[in-house]
Amino acid sequence: MSDQTLGAGPKRIDGRLKVTGKAPYAADHALDNTAYGYGVFSTISRGRIVSLELDAARAMPGVIEIFHHGNFPALHHTPSSMAKGNKVEETRLPFEDEQVYYDGQFVALVVAERFDQARAAARAVKVRYEEEIPRANLEQGVKAHGTKKGKGNHSRGDADGAFERGAHQIDVTYTTPVETHNPMEMHSTLAHWPDGRLQVFESSQGVVQQKGAMAKIFNLAPHKVEVISTFIGSGFGSKLWMWPHAVAAAAASREIKRPVELVVPRQQMFTTTGHRPETKQTLKLATDDQGRLIALSHHSVSTTSYTDQYVETCGSVTKSLYSCDNVSITHRTTEVNRGTPTSMRAPGAAPGLFALESAIDEMALEAGIDPLTFRLDQFAERDESQDLPFSSNHIKETAERAAEQFGWHQRNPTVGSMRDGREIVGYGMAACNWEAIKRPCDAHVALRADGTVYASCATQDIGTGTYTIVAQTLVELTGVPFERIEVELGDTSYPKGPISGGSWTTATTLPAIAEATRHAIDELKTRAVRSGGPFEGVDVEALTFDNGVLSFDGKRMPFAEALSTMKLANAEGEAHTEGADTSKYSYRSFGTHFVEVRWDPLLANLRVARVVSAIDVGRVMNEKTARNQVEGAVVMGIGMAMFERTEYDPRTARVVNNNYAEYLVPVHADQPEVDVILLDYPDTAFNEFGARGIGEIGITGLAAAVANAVYHATGVRVRELPITKEALMGAV
Amino acid sequence: MQSFELIRPESVKDAIGAQSERSAFIGGGTTLVDLMKLGVMQPDHVVDTNRLGLDEIEALDDGRLKIGARVSNSRLAIDARVERDYPVLSQALLSGASTGLRNMATTAGNVMQRTRCPYFRDPAKPCNKREPGTGCSAMDGINRNHAVLGTSEHCIATHPSDMCVAMAAIGATVVVEGRKGTREIPFEDFHLLPGDHPEREHDLRSDELITHVVLDAPLEGAVSTYLKLRDRASYEFALASCAAIVTLEGTKVTAARIALGGVATKPWRAVDAEAALVGEEATAKMFEQVALLAFQRAMPLEHNAFKVELGQQAIARALRDAVQQASQGEHQ
Repeated sequence: MSDQTLGAGPKRIDGRLKVTGKAPYAADHALDNTAYGYGVFSTISRGRIVSLELDAARAMPGVIEIFHHGNFPALHHTPSSMAKGNKVEETRLPFEDEQVYYDGQFVALVVAERFDQARAAARAVKVRYEEEIPRANLEQGVKAHGTKKGKGNHSRGDADGAFERGAHQIDVTYTTPVETHNPMEMHSTLAHWPDGRLQVFESSQGVVQQKGAMAKIFNLAPHKVEVISTFIGSGFGSKLWMWPHAVAAAAASREIKRPVELVVPRQQMFTTTGHRPETKQTLKLATDDQGRLIALSHHSVSTTSYTDQYVETCGSVTKSLYSCDNVSITHRTTEVNRGTPTSMRAPGAAPGLFALESAIDEMALEAGIDPLTFRLDQFAERDESQDLPFSSNHIKETAERAAEQFGWHQRNPTVGSMRDGREIVGYGMAACNWEAIKRPCDAHVALRADGTVYASCATQDIGTGTYTIVAQTLVELTGVPFERIEVELGDTSYPKGPISGGSWTTATTLPAIAEATRHAIDELKTRAVRSGGPFEGVDVEALTFDNGVLSFDGKRMPFAEALSTMKLANAEGEAHTEGADTSKYSYRSFGTHFVEVRWDPLLANLRVARVVSAIDVGRVMNEKTARNQVEGAVVMGIGMAMFERTEYDPRTARVVNNNYAEYLVPVHADQPEVDVILLDYPDTAFNEFGARGIGEIGITGLAAAVANAVYHATGVRVRELPITKEALMGAV
Repeated sequence: MQSFELIRPESVKDAIGAQSERSAFIGGGTTLVDLMKLGVMQPDHVVDTNRLGLDEIEALDDGRLKIGARVSNSRLAIDARVERDYPVLSQALLSGASTGLRNMATTAGNVMQRTRCPYFRDPAKPCNKREPGTGCSAMDGINRNHAVLGTSEHCIATHPSDMCVAMAAIGATVVVEGRKGTREIPFEDFHLLPGDHPEREHDLRSDELITHVVLDAPLEGAVSTYLKLRDRASYEFALASCAAIVTLEGTKVTAARIALGGVATKPWRAVDAEAALVGEEATAKMFEQVALLAFQRAMPLEHNAFKVELGQQAIARALRDAVQQASQGEHQ
């Protein structure tokens, strides 16, 4: 059974359901009499709807109703508070007015008997617009109306003054494009109103937040809303907060008094369900004559929509990764005609560390110091932005171990000097970093008379393995094996759990599950020593529970038998655990990537040949799923470095490459050998299990490591992602 | 998707009879169904070719190979005669799309494959190919993937096929059947340049159906290679590709076939480069020289200028790789 406890690497308990097609995803749920919605989406990016011609569409087979700004029911805005559990990213409701703010915005919704009928009729709706010239990208937005202050700014010392005094200086600007999450499973909603209650099946990373937002928008008491998301085909952040389609489906269902299913087409997954915004980041670094960092400025502008301000906090890591007395971090935004951006795997840090870790490389080279040495000498010992110690920080060990494994010390630092046949080899490295957060959480656990253990929590498993590590926690505390464990997640009828985001699900959920388990065991013991119980009269403190068995003074009884003896169905425990105490420590995760690239100058072909990543995320709860998270994030980081870019036509602000063929992510053939080293030092100051979370850190820094390796191979410093052939052609 | 009538004829004659101005033949459907779902193609009648036979690969007495219209890309790629006599075709097929798509895609369907120009694929955007006279959105838009050869002021869309590039190099005949009988169209004449009419993509009359593609007899003693350059390693259309077939006498080139994909509006024979290479020494320097000739008339735009150099690299490397086989004794 030890292979199922925490820290071991058991397979996912839901793996078989998934690979056999038996795991029901949102749109797989079937309700009697379901009608199907299909959107009519704006084909302009800025302007207003003048008229909608609906007659032809209305006359088509199966059409039940067509909703638009002229007939959509009046609803309410959610205050959009994460703390209150009702956050959305785009506060404007669908069909709220005739305004168009972005390409692919819902302008009408056709509801029909069948999906194909709804789609055909949606195509038959003719929309006339009064079109204005859109702001199609960051540059156009800044030119039109400048920038606005964002959040997360930080300043200490005098960065500008220190920069001027620097012996070595760099002043460079990096850009990153819009990236789109592109989870395999489409955003989908199946909504219905049984007995005046709203029940929604959604592909969601945050059922509790969606429930709260729905309650506000439809003016319902919270208990009248249930959101269910038992299996999710990934989200990468795009499913953290509810998007307009879910409101449209729920409202349409209420109006036509039938269940309505609405799946967002792939093309509109690029427009109306969030994206990582475009960024422009200026880094000014200076060292003294010894190569010590004395100034560090990181000023970024990111794009947001005209309806909401989303801030990509590119400098979130910059303020604490390196020791430096003079630091200035600012975030600003500019509005463009795109849908509202949202968190995408390691928001802020992913584009931010591309810039920072590229700039550190440039700074090290400028100062004539090996990039690894430069970093090892200057990684911060404590969080200087908060003046707090780190709870646990082994970044130097990650760098040293990964460097050793990778063979960094065999590197010839001269640009273009390492060749292998037709290819030029480049070595690059970068640090990775992500915050560790633990939020409040509720959980329920029951020891049941049939010998099974049950746990529930309204968090989600977005494919990362949450079901499995909850089960492992139960194994650890009760000794009951997987075969007799049942875990239910992803339904707001369970105790309140966190969003599956910020890499905080593990650190937040497991302590609550553990606490509830202990309460259930206490309940079992309390009952067992009472009159009529199997351990009647025994001091409850002296009764032990070990491997599913109660024992005292040689008498042993499995908990199932004890419950049966007492004619009890179960012994239950509830728990509420609080967020981490952030007054004593700064909690962060650390790591280092080493990347080998190969550049074939005669074919203009760049590939990543090898990656070694060492990661310090506290204790590893499941060796298999943890490694899988880092490997996946590294591959996604390769995509960020070399392929991903949502292209907008600069004249129309419309998305051009809105499909899997033209929006490139790595395929298997692009995946190199990825060697992941997991340090596994428990961070017990953070929570009882010492786990910090591992979903996001792997993508941070990877693009910089690739860019640094590309520089080493080619001598071309690429400051604009993705790194394309054309950026390197003509080099070496 | 608009409603349509599916017609399932049992003979080529019935299939031709069922064809009209508002119909489309369907083979594997990997292009047509996609474009129907996008609303780009809206046929009233879809004529299914899957009951017509036309799935044989037959060696002809004159040394040519006759490929049925419905032979799948997967099957054609691993056919023993293709692997032996036309390895460049096998390589081209296997570099295209994904296994699942190749299993569905047919030979005739691939010849008829339509462009991946994103402006063509979005009915809300102007496109001369989709709606003649509306203008070309790509010309001043995002045109990184577009053509630099064979373009006109009305259209710069690439032909996306890999298979056709190999066929253009090998030399082939497209056999079509219509109400007036059978026609044989030389492969290089089948696809049309966009010119003033980018909506006309091929020399196929509205009642005609492709029944076969016949490959020319292989060049005696030739060596060949297909090289495809793209951003990622698989499942992407070519940014530049080259099918090269060469015969040598000693170190001199006696015949050369060079065809290009990803850079042109149709499967593109680089005839100037071929002519310049014949009779010359097979050296890397010579390959680089003839590669320049292939792009003499290139018309690069804002985002695709790199394709000129990339295409040249593809030619030079494909020729080198092919000739290297000759020196290693690996004749096709």
